[in-house]
Amino acid sequence: MTSTATNPNGSAVETVDRRRPMLFRTDVLIFLSLLALVTVGATVLAQAGFVSTSFVKLLGKTLCLCLAALAMDLVWGYTGILSLGHFAFFGIGGYAIGMWLMWDRTELIVVETLVRGALPPTPLEIEEAIGTQIFGVVGSSDIPWLWTFAGSLPLQLAFAVLVPGAIALVFGWLAFRSRVAGVYLSILTQAGTLALSLWLFQNDSGLRGNNGLSGLQNLPGLDHVPQSTVSLWFLWASALALGLGYVVAAWTVSGRFGSVLRGIRDDEARVRFLGYEVEHYKLAVFTGTAMACGIGGALYYPQAGIVNPAEIAPIASIYLAVWVAIGGRGRLYGAVIGAAVVSLLSSWFTGGGAPDIDLGVYVIKWTDWWLVLLGSSFVLVTLFAPKGLGGFVDLWTNRRSTRRDDLGPDQGSLRAEEETP
Amino acid sequence: MSALLEVSGVSKSFDGFKAIDNLSFSVGEPELRAIIGPNGAGKTTFMDLVTGKTRPDSGTIRYGELAQDLTRMSEAKIARAGIGRKFQKPTVFDDQTVTENLTMALKSPRSPFTVLTRRPSMIERAAEVAQRVGLRSDMNARAGTLSHGQKQWLEIGMLLAQEPRLLLVDEPAAGMTAAERERTTEMLVEAAKTRAVVVIEHDMEFVRRLGCRVTVLHEGRALAEGSLDHVCADPRVIDVYLGRPETADA
Repeated sequence: MTSTATNPNGSAVETVDRRRPMLFRTDVLIFLSLLALVTVGATVLAQAGFVSTSFVKLLGKTLCLCLAALAMDLVWGYTGILSLGHFAFFGIGGYAIGMWLMWDRTELIVVETLVRGALPPTPLEIEEAIGTQIFGVVGSSDIPWLWTFAGSLPLQLAFAVLVPGAIALVFGWLAFRSRVAGVYLSILTQAGTLALSLWLFQNDSGLRGNNGLSGLQNLPGLDHVPQSTVSLWFLWASALALGLGYVVAAWTVSGRFGSVLRGIRDDEARVRFLGYEVEHYKLAVFTGTAMACGIGGALYYPQAGIVNPAEIAPIASIYLAVWVAIGGRGRLYGAVIGAAVVSLLSSWFTGGGAPDIDLGVYVIKWTDWWLVLLGSSFVLVTLFAPKGLGGFVDLWTNRRSTRRDDLGPDQGSLRAEEETP
Repeated sequence: MSALLEVSGVSKSFDGFKAIDNLSFSVGEPELRAIIGPNGAGKTTFMDLVTGKTRPDSGTIRYGELAQDLTRMSEAKIARAGIGRKFQKPTVFDDQTVTENLTMALKSPRSPFTVLTRRPSMIERAAEVAQRVGLRSDMNARAGTLSHGQKQWLEIGMLLAQEPRLLLVDEPAAGMTAAERERTTEMLVEAAKTRAVVVIEHDMEFVRRLGCRVTVLHEGRALAEGSLDHVCADPRVIDVYLGRPETADA
């Protein structure tokens, strides 16, 4: 679609609709290619035996964290809602899938054992045995109502997405409707997250208290498949989820919807006077991103092997915000860069990868000092590079665009009529 | 000319201070109307009441043929019903381009689902509005890089794009150069040919140029109404603007 008009200095200005299909946008293409490169590269290296299974798992987990960061960027970087609870949705996704993994695998083991008895086991016996196996650690053998559908993979998969979505919907509706915004909303989300993790810590929460759900790396019925293969499956699944998430996020923040979101971030009242129901938009983004976090968690915890209430602790959600801030708010690849760089560095420093520094009088052990380093880099980024790591991409694109097209003299300098009083 | 907006007996006080005191006011369609008044006369509160930002303590505000009660509607709903508002300070989205600003404002479905999934090209409509407010060649510029006057025009453009029936404009000429003022006057007079436009202004010279009916607001009440010359001759208006000549009374 093209139309032309003449501007004051006589040259024609062309208005072209430059929208390209989402998949063919430059940043989406670059991102997807890099993601494919990493995934294929890791697979090839893993099968050739150059990288360990634990490294593949680390990579897969990082991709899931990137997905959560992407969601955080949508809700915070674009819409301006500083939610300090999105990692709780991630954890809920992990719990949902963890319940099925634990249940199904325990059931297989229990049945196998009971079959050796004189009589074939009744369903009740099987259920009791499963209850004792799973809940023995919290001194119980009753199966809590939360586990009603734990034996069904499709349902638990659905819960991994729907439960975070439902919680976000109800919470968001209450908060946004009362126009709770800014720091108050952050505190509210933080409090909700804390409440959830405290509840999970209790033994009678029905989710094994502080033990959490464990053994999640073992897929039921697939004991014969080595972890090196399972880790690759999850790497691919995580890459697929992240790739898809990126495309959906890029589509969401493009066009008028994206404009409205950024408008809400910058001047909520003005958007209202344009006729947009700000609360509905916020609710849509809050809920959608909660669901994306649920998916991320459902893929992350089978790779981590364990999910426990500490994962949901408020600090995790704060990390999420720190990743997005360091990577660069309001740009999708910024969130991914931030999450990947910081979480990989974090594993390196806290996993004993970084050598200790001997100062003579004091030895800097990175396992203790990593948080200090992270904290100071957060402060430094906020002060000196408010656009985050992703901002460095601008240096490159700006240089390219100024070289490419000469825009000619500034319109304002040509406007003679302004000088006449 | 039937009344489009009918404000009757509206009062609003903040912590005991009566910002609007039993105000009645109506404006027809099409009409250009100026509201003048000294500081604290309640001009901005009046706008807040009509656009749903504040709720009145008493009184009714009716709008349109259906006599919709604006005091019960949300800001967004009022905006969708056809009331556009321009703020005193230019409030455009600095971070976004002129095109994006205008596209957001263009009259179109506003629900999140529709906006997300239906994406018709609106660039031609945006270009048309940009042409009307003289920003045709700046469409790809970020609004933050525009001059003060251009921002005001962009905001007027955004209002026009909304295709409102009633336009509330708060001090449009503030901080503008003489040439920009003239252009702004033209835009407002042009807009008022097909709709109701209410302009709130301090600047008497600007109001004179609009050449329209004037309502003088003072302490939350409508003090006088009529042509500018008529209200300027009103002794009460002179009192309010020049101060009560107490020494002469004594």
